[in-house]
Amino acid sequence: MGIQRIVIGLAIALTSGACRAQDNHFAFVGARIIPIVGDEIERGVLVVEDGKIAAVGREGGVSIPAGAKRVDVSDHVIMPGLVDTHSHIGGIGGADGSAPIQPDVRIYDSINVLHSGFRRAVAGGLTTLNIMPGSGHLLSGQTVYVKLRGGKTIEELSIRGEDGEPLGGIKMANGTNSQRAKPFPGTRGKSAALVREKYVKAQEYREKIARAEDDPEKMPPRDLGLEALIEVLEGKRIVHHHTHRHDDIMTVLRLAKEFGFRVVLHHVSEAWKVADEIAAAGVASSVILVDSPGGKLEAVNLIHKTGRVLEQAGAKVAFHTDDWITDSRLFLRMAALGVRAGMSRAGALTALTLAGAEMLGLEERVGSLEVGKDADFVILSGDPFSVYTKVLETWVEGQRVFDRDDPQDHLHAVGGYGAGDDLAPYLCCFDDGGNQ
Amino acid sequence: MTFGTRLRLRLVLGVAVLGSIPAAEMAAGQVAVRGKTVYTMAGPAIRDGVVVLQDGKIAAVGPATDVSIPEGMRVLSAEVVTPGLVDAHTTVGLTGIFNQPHDQDQIERSAPIQPELRAIDAYNAHEELIRWVRSFGVTTMHTAHAPGELVSGQTMIVKTAGNTVGEAVLVETAAIAATVSPRAIKRERGKSPGTRGKLMAMIRSDLIKAQEYRQKRGAVKEDKTPDRNLRLDAFVRVLDREIPLMVTANHVQDIDATLRLAREFNIRVWLDGASESYLMMDELKAAGIPVFIHPLMVRAFGEMKNMSFETPAKLKRAGVALALQSGYESYVPKTRVLLFEAAIAAANGLSFEEALGAITRDAARILGVDDRVGSLEVGKDGDVALYDGDPFEYTSHCVGVVIEGQVVHDKPR
Repeated sequence: MGIQRIVIGLAIALTSGACRAQDNHFAFVGARIIPIVGDEIERGVLVVEDGKIAAVGREGGVSIPAGAKRVDVSDHVIMPGLVDTHSHIGGIGGADGSAPIQPDVRIYDSINVLHSGFRRAVAGGLTTLNIMPGSGHLLSGQTVYVKLRGGKTIEELSIRGEDGEPLGGIKMANGTNSQRAKPFPGTRGKSAALVREKYVKAQEYREKIARAEDDPEKMPPRDLGLEALIEVLEGKRIVHHHTHRHDDIMTVLRLAKEFGFRVVLHHVSEAWKVADEIAAAGVASSVILVDSPGGKLEAVNLIHKTGRVLEQAGAKVAFHTDDWITDSRLFLRMAALGVRAGMSRAGALTALTLAGAEMLGLEERVGSLEVGKDADFVILSGDPFSVYTKVLETWVEGQRVFDRDDPQDHLHAVGGYGAGDDLAPYLCCFDDGGNQ
Repeated sequence: MTFGTRLRLRLVLGVAVLGSIPAAEMAAGQVAVRGKTVYTMAGPAIRDGVVVLQDGKIAAVGPATDVSIPEGMRVLSAEVVTPGLVDAHTTVGLTGIFNQPHDQDQIERSAPIQPELRAIDAYNAHEELIRWVRSFGVTTMHTAHAPGELVSGQTMIVKTAGNTVGEAVLVETAAIAATVSPRAIKRERGKSPGTRGKLMAMIRSDLIKAQEYRQKRGAVKEDKTPDRNLRLDAFVRVLDREIPLMVTANHVQDIDATLRLAREFNIRVWLDGASESYLMMDELKAAGIPVFIHPLMVRAFGEMKNMSFETPAKLKRAGVALALQSGYESYVPKTRVLLFEAAIAAANGLSFEEALGAITRDAARILGVDDRVGSLEVGKDGDVALYDGDPFEYTSHCVGVVIEGQVVHDKPR
């Protein structure tokens, strides 16, 4: 295999006059490597070939292939590309105001891949994202999992399953954001009732399809929304559920149990009050930490210890940017705040990477530096949890997608004239003036 | 009665009841602070330094080898000690944690120009957000009506302690807050200001009215003097250069318009926000206008789309006076944390001490309260913050806060 590659490489080199073999074959040498799975390696080697991780280990313990371009990254740190389980970049628009539950809507159909948010995300070391519609609905649509590869269309960025279809989850919410004037619910009880009603419909729809036994005469008419919910019922589509208050969290656990869907709890401001219940249910939490509590009633008890309390209860924890709520360029900072409030260093690093990958069902492909996984990684100037550390480079599938030394990339990393654009965030509650 | 006087009175009463008491007991209830590194912001950092606080003021500061701690004093120790932090601009206290109409007094939408609104009449000294920012070292805040209306009201300077606004207040009216930016422009048709041109016409008209009012009020014949007008009274204080106009402006053209306004009326201006100020550094320096730079973790959209983490460093190098701020937040989080914002500046070109200066000494100097706060010097207020490591590191904690000699926070945050 190796020889074959070298031969091909030589052939290309001879015909093109350039050493093309090196474009997809690298050995990063000398960095402290944080593989997430396994101990940190003081002076390590990471070998990347054809977009995959070919080897990772101690310097001297891993042979550097002859065809690989050797890159000295001494004094730097390499860790897996960050996985963001919850982002709103791309100037997106999901469900509209016509109904509180709209599973037919795909965020896939609304993303501007050239939006500056994508440049800020790679500048922050993010490589895998779950891009979601907002939380102003009980169910605001289908989410999409993307890799921050270069590209200008969502087709190029989306992560695909074995059938070639784009992968994604479904976005749901409870609590205050989705309680609004008609046709939206006005109370928590009504919110849950509407959700149950819809999932019962999906169960019945699935039964009708089963009873039809592929007979076109007996098949019920197609329903895009119910088709998506069947994927949820069958565990093919993970529910990403906005929920803050402790009682709202318990409501999500109750509904998940009733309908058997796979759920990830998002935000979970008050998870620290029901951490044991979350752990007992075996449900994962994606946490957001912001600089102060409040801003809305369900976030008044948000505090920085949520990650630590969940970790100690034995529950799975990831972090997310919720970009625009927090800036993707500062994603490492959120885990550092978790450590500040007592979370373990290893737990916080996992929460930025592998735990998020698991919450998207992508843990076989991303989230750690292991042989055979996608070569998604970041090169940092220092410790991931120091404010003074910079993301120097971001790599996705063996390609460098961010280089802080590049003037245009630097502009997006630090900001400045021309770094932004005029697209307003698609979120419910901002007003850059006074009262919301 | 200020927070400090109330504390001192309590101590005096204690002495009166006990009669003559030994020095050790005199010191009881008083506090000294010891730090492996003490940043006084009035000279080089002191290794193994001591700050002795007596009767709410700083009685001594220096190396532990030179300054002894009176017996019986409570001693707080930490890795790093700094002056209590000074937030150059926030709305905390007018803005509440819940973000519901009952706790949002930072903006009044009934008219675009209302300089008569006083922050002192809108401040909730018991607001939870005050305790939150205080637990991250903030002891003094310039808090105000929010940006969002052309002239939204008066600002004030408070300590982050006190049972009532009367105890908290340091300066009752520090400035008049104005907004020369799209934030103050009405979207509804028929409402003014609807454009930038109209916005400037409106504020210029009002300042001219105030000039005329000032002249008439000064007339010799008392029966010819106009009736008092709270709104124009407030503007006269600006025209008299007694207080500045704090102008929120971000885009280049809005900063330029602000400079024009300052020249035309010869008024003092504090520039707030200033996301594109890196394009106007020479002009700002020439005009002598200090800048309260927007929170660096502000969301990069709208008029902040071209914000830069490096703005503080650029302005500093250009010789523009600057301070950092927590600003105004309309959603989640409901306030930013000053310490965290300065950390981003320190990580993007400002030196450690320059970043610390922007949230202590320099902020106090621009606000005109450097005789009281912003540095650890004998005679200044006993406002101190303590940390278990580099204050700007994400994983360090603020472990103590003292205001006018009283410990108001002593748990790691």
